[in-house]
Amino acid sequence: MNVEAVKSIYTFEMARMRRTILQSVISPVITTSLYFIVFGTAIGSRIQTVEGVSYGAFITPGLIMLTLLTQCIGNGSIGIYFPKFTGTIYEILSAPIAMTEILLGYVGAAASKGLIIGLIILATASFFVEIRIAHPFMMVVFLVLTAVTFSLFGFIIGIWARNFEQLNIVPMLVVPPLTFLGGSFYSINMLPPFWQAVSHVNPVLYLVSGFRWSFYEIADVNPVISLAMISFFLLLCLSVIGWMFKTGYRLRS
Amino acid sequence: MAPIVSVEKLTKTYGNGFQALKGVDLQIEEGEILALLGPNGAGKTTLISIICGIVNPSSGRVMVNGHDVVRDFRKTRSLIGLVPQELTTDQFETVWNTVSFSRGVYGCKANPALIEKVLKDLSLWSKKDNMIRELSGGMKRRVLIAKALSHEPKVLFLDEPTAGVDVNLRREMWQVVEKLRENGVTIILTTHYIEEAEEIADRVGVINGGELLLLEDKKTLMKKLGRKQLRLELSAPLAALPPGLAGFNLVLSDDGTALMHEYHGDEAQGSVPSLLNALTLENIHFKDLSTRQSSLEDIFVALVGEKA
Repeated sequence: MNVEAVKSIYTFEMARMRRTILQSVISPVITTSLYFIVFGTAIGSRIQTVEGVSYGAFITPGLIMLTLLTQCIGNGSIGIYFPKFTGTIYEILSAPIAMTEILLGYVGAAASKGLIIGLIILATASFFVEIRIAHPFMMVVFLVLTAVTFSLFGFIIGIWARNFEQLNIVPMLVVPPLTFLGGSFYSINMLPPFWQAVSHVNPVLYLVSGFRWSFYEIADVNPVISLAMISFFLLLCLSVIGWMFKTGYRLRS
Repeated sequence: MAPIVSVEKLTKTYGNGFQALKGVDLQIEEGEILALLGPNGAGKTTLISIICGIVNPSSGRVMVNGHDVVRDFRKTRSLIGLVPQELTTDQFETVWNTVSFSRGVYGCKANPALIEKVLKDLSLWSKKDNMIRELSGGMKRRVLIAKALSHEPKVLFLDEPTAGVDVNLRREMWQVVEKLRENGVTIILTTHYIEEAEEIADRVGVINGGELLLLEDKKTLMKKLGRKQLRLELSAPLAALPPGLAGFNLVLSDDGTALMHEYHGDEAQGSVPSLLNALTLENIHFKDLSTRQSSLEDIFVALVGEKA
């Protein structure tokens, strides 16, 4: 195992976060605060409670997930796409590193960044609403599993993308509708039966529901199923990456 | 001694069906400077990319220091440094950081003293804290060399190191290469500047259309394929070549004032003295003479033209 190489890639990627602190940290915090002000305070004050939890507190897990997904996909994809775009990827490919070590460096950094931002948002949320975490350990498990899974998903997009448009299409066009329709801002029990059924096809529902359960013990789907689904997505992403590495897909012609 | 790099029956066909390499065999000796010449699209970069691990081969085998580049990639890649053709750098990184990053990626522990030496050797020390985008093209090229040297490779690949580089910098680059060779580094450079190969290489390989057309010691090559031309300015014009000179490979200029004699570089001892003797016998006098040796460029053009 080339530990030095993994360390180098990880540190290099984390340095990018420090360098672009405005964009990487401040901007998601501001965006989330806006959500709290608009949905939590302005609109939320007219909604009494959702399943016994104040609306502001109810949406907190969903907001963290929304940011976590966007950040992990974004960081996971840009980390590997950018060297491909500038051509500096030659160095990574000609260095004595196994593909798994490349993955560890890039995805590890993307997931770490996502987690840091997720925790910052949790801290920000505690200024607006009263947060209660019923199962702290499970909360961390959901957070870490989601961060890793979606950083892997971002990595796949980064390898697949041939230009910036393709790179942005998933985080911009696919993730927001899935998150908004995945029960971030409401319980799917509020929906008519048909849309409840449709929601079960949305993978984000399982993440948000499981994560919210770890806070307030209320869930749209059984938390065990949530956990199983996240693990399934994780394995799915790993298999796709395994195939990409084996065939050299868009990396080693 | 076993070659440091050994390429056997190497082929590469890209996904779009383009056959970039058609069975290349090549042995590179330790400590030599090998120049690979060839026009654009000849397969030079593909060959280098396969040895370095960037491109997967279609068939054939490449060994570096006795290790297979696919199976034992960790061992082979640790020995190799690569300076790519394009100026691909992290524009927003400092020189120091990018070179240190390279060392880390190659699995070496940080060694600031070594990085300092590499940067000083390449006259980059004063720029160590500058962002790469602030540097000139020539300096960026040297940053790429510094990155490639950061893990002390035994074999260095320079893919067109002096493309688009001015004359002074080119000379400077040649000095860098010479210095590396003195330190025992084996150097393989691709170029389409023939004078570059002529200036610094020990051996020259010519690649065209995915095939290695020739691989030869530079001096032997110049001798074997190099042609010499002797030109005699005659004191009085000749109407035609006298029959007594028919045995020599001679051409009379259109106005009859000059005689041209072409001969091989390695047969010089034979034909020129006897030609001069024959001229005296024929009572033909000349007022001046000059000789010209064909350059590697002439050899290259003849060779590539022939096979094209």
